Amino acid sequence: MSPKDNFYKVKHLYNRAGFGISYTDLHKLSRKNITKVIDGLLKEQKETDDITLIDSVASKQQLLMQAGLYSKKDLTDDEKKQRQEIVRMQNEKSRDLNVAWVEKMINTPNPLREKMTLFWHGHFACRSNNPMFAQQLNNIQRANGLGSFKTLLVEVSQSPAMLQYLNNQQNRKGKPNENFARELMELFTLGRGNYTEQDIKESARSFTGWMYDKDGSFIFRPNLHDAGTKTFFGKTGNFDGENIIDIILDKPETAEFISRKVYKFFVNDNPNEAHVKELATHFFNSKYNIAELMKKMFTSDWFYNPENVGSKIKSPVEFLVGLSREFYVTYNKPQVLIQLQSSLGQYLFNPPNVAGWPGGQSWIDSSSLMLRMRIPSLVLNDGEIDFSGKADPEDEAVIAQSRTATINANTKIKPKSYVDAKADWPKFLSTLPKGIKPVELAEFLLQPKLNEKIKGMVGDNKGLKSTSVELTSMPEYQLC
Amino acid sequence: MDRRSFLRNTGFVAAGSLFVPAFMKPLEAMALDELSLYKNLVVVQLSGGNDGLNTVIPYGNDIYYQKRKSIAIKPEQIIKLNDMQGLNPNMAALQEIHDQGWMTIINDVGYPNPDRSHFRSMDIWQTGSESNQFLSTGWIGRYLDSNCQTCKFPYTAIEVDDSLSLAMKGQTKKGIALKDPAALFRNTNDPFFKAMLQNDKEHLDEDNLGYLYKTMIETSSSASYIQNTSKVYQSKATYPQSGFANQLKTVSKFISSGLKTRVYYVSLSGFDTHVNQIQQQGNLLKQYSEGMAAFLKDLKTNNKLEDTLVVTFSEFGRRVEQNASNGTDHGTANNMFIFGGRLKKQGIFNDAPNLGDLDTGDLKYQLDFRQVYGTILDKWLDVNNADILNKKFNTLDFI
Repeated sequence: MSPKDNFYKVKHLYNRAGFGISYTDLHKLSRKNITKVIDGLLKEQKETDDITLIDSVASKQQLLMQAGLYSKKDLTDDEKKQRQEIVRMQNEKSRDLNVAWVEKMINTPNPLREKMTLFWHGHFACRSNNPMFAQQLNNIQRANGLGSFKTLLVEVSQSPAMLQYLNNQQNRKGKPNENFARELMELFTLGRGNYTEQDIKESARSFTGWMYDKDGSFIFRPNLHDAGTKTFFGKTGNFDGENIIDIILDKPETAEFISRKVYKFFVNDNPNEAHVKELATHFFNSKYNIAELMKKMFTSDWFYNPENVGSKIKSPVEFLVGLSREFYVTYNKPQVLIQLQSSLGQYLFNPPNVAGWPGGQSWIDSSSLMLRMRIPSLVLNDGEIDFSGKADPEDEAVIAQSRTATINANTKIKPKSYVDAKADWPKFLSTLPKGIKPVELAEFLLQPKLNEKIKGMVGDNKGLKSTSVELTSMPEYQLC
Repeated sequence: MDRRSFLRNTGFVAAGSLFVPAFMKPLEAMALDELSLYKNLVVVQLSGGNDGLNTVIPYGNDIYYQKRKSIAIKPEQIIKLNDMQGLNPNMAALQEIHDQGWMTIINDVGYPNPDRSHFRSMDIWQTGSESNQFLSTGWIGRYLDSNCQTCKFPYTAIEVDDSLSLAMKGQTKKGIALKDPAALFRNTNDPFFKAMLQNDKEHLDEDNLGYLYKTMIETSSSASYIQNTSKVYQSKATYPQSGFANQLKTVSKFISSGLKTRVYYVSLSGFDTHVNQIQQQGNLLKQYSEGMAAFLKDLKTNNKLEDTLVVTFSEFGRRVEQNASNGTDHGTANNMFIFGGRLKKQGIFNDAPNLGDLDTGDLKYQLDFRQVYGTILDKWLDVNNADILNKKFNTLDFI
């Protein structure tokens, strides 16, 4: 294989398995065998890599205090203030958590791990107004993102964030709440059409008693658990929640459902069913080892087929993180990252519903595309922001409580604002080979095959910096 | 140095004319008679869950006063519409609209198994789904997808905002979001943007890159069409000073200048009044009513009121009983406002909510919101509602 072929393979691999690659790394890795490069990406990380922004001891105390305040009927003015203050702090910390994760993705030396976390974040889509719960779920998705799917599934199912979001907290013996059982099968494992309403009813009973306690830890409450016999997928027994998960994993449909979703995220919006089958069989036979699944995919020849290269629309987060990584961007007001996510339609930790972000072409409409094409000049070239975006529905209560915010939310006139970010141009330029031509820079920064128009547009030498801004503003840069 | 230009400072110069493929060029070719009798729909979203019971107040029912000791509106302040219901005093501007016969209130609209999360319930209202169903397209988006006679242009649906709501997104077609037509026009006429589109025949296929180029071309042609059609129009009407009124003023400009858009979408935020509701909701209802009254009178002056239907919704109403913080918590069924010059039933459409028959403290809905959508789709947008809503909904007689 020629070194140039390997150059394109590694570049494609890092675009899909990570958030792009620097020219220096690309140059270095292109000289290695692709299997070695894949092994390097998948190499097990010994050390944990949790986000530890939110202190769990302080948060638990706050949770207890909040529970106390909520259970009281008549609050004094001081207590009302206290309650408001807790909500305010939680909202602030939730935003900090969002920024911390985005910055982690921008700076991580383990891009595949963060990419997997992002995948599972969309797969096990969840909202929590408690930032500690949200951080905990995010850490579960990171720690197990390349591990055993069963462990991941059990830990997600037992996380307070998910127990709360899908109402398992209200799922009790004699008064089952089917929300979690339904989504477990429809969205997390088997997919629609592979179970009956009766399976949902029976399995919901098995998850009764899976709860979290006052200080936010998982707890099994035997007195609320329905210990009777259940019939699930033709099997009858005294099943508890974990038994149900085992039965679900025994079905090859689960391996296929997950493999198809992975394929759509990492390979192509339109799955090739033969390739999906290959992955599913391998995943099932490996007893749901996620790293094995990923390795099988990245080492398959079809992964590098022309129809799978430069053909996927980057999600807003892939776009923002990729751009920021490539140009070593630091954000002086990191909150702007939230504004950008929200305006582009992917506000992390705030998926539209439990089905996650639909992805693909749904990311793109006239306004989101115009904004995407302007962001490189906003971020790299200090342009002016002339959009404000919508309020998040969960922020409505905050808006309602502040008159000024209401007025701001509904007015048209806004002060001028800038992204206030700094790209490290000297560093970026130093990664490029000496004497690199604009067309070669285009081949590096863009994933789709270059056409004559782009070659013509960048042909005249206006400097690498200007050419970079131009290239990243092109519709082609929206693809990976 | 122009900090608003696409690239800033890269000295990009475009040459030649913009390539517009044949299928994008129908505007000039359109027959004039298609322009007449153009029916417009304006959707108004009140975000946060507006408290319908303090908006259209069931003052004739004692239970209202029993359940809302500190936030009930006194009977003498209410703008009475009949023996049972009346408007919040902050909605005085709508009295005249009501008296003209331009307003209908539909009581108790909801859906089975209601969800009390803002996000989820808004999703359900915007997509027109069941409460246990997740759709990734909106009801207006699917109207665009249906490729009907009345929805063939990329600017068929315009949201006056910076970003596009799910309601406006279809599988293959999407509405367009813009706050300021001049700004969008400026952006799409940026030399860099034009250069990207120039002579670009190869990208018009079905793959994702083709889709990006198609979106750019449609944005560009829509921006030109909207700007060139609407810039000559100068409204003489006076609107109140508010962001909401500004959005409606933009819509009026578009309608009055004869834009061939069928659906407009605007929203007003801040209705999640858990605490000290009276002042906050009053303030918002005032903005809503004064903006709406100015808008409707403006349309009347321009002879467009007959061709316009306005529908207002919120993702849910609030609980019947107030909470301990002089506010209300998330509830279920709610009222909807319909405005227009050709309403079949004016005033109050159906019975006031039954406060004596609640479902664990919440109103039971009388009408499914998709019956309202279905009525609009069938009778105003001239499509079969079953094609858009996935099953047939009985229509109502308000239009």
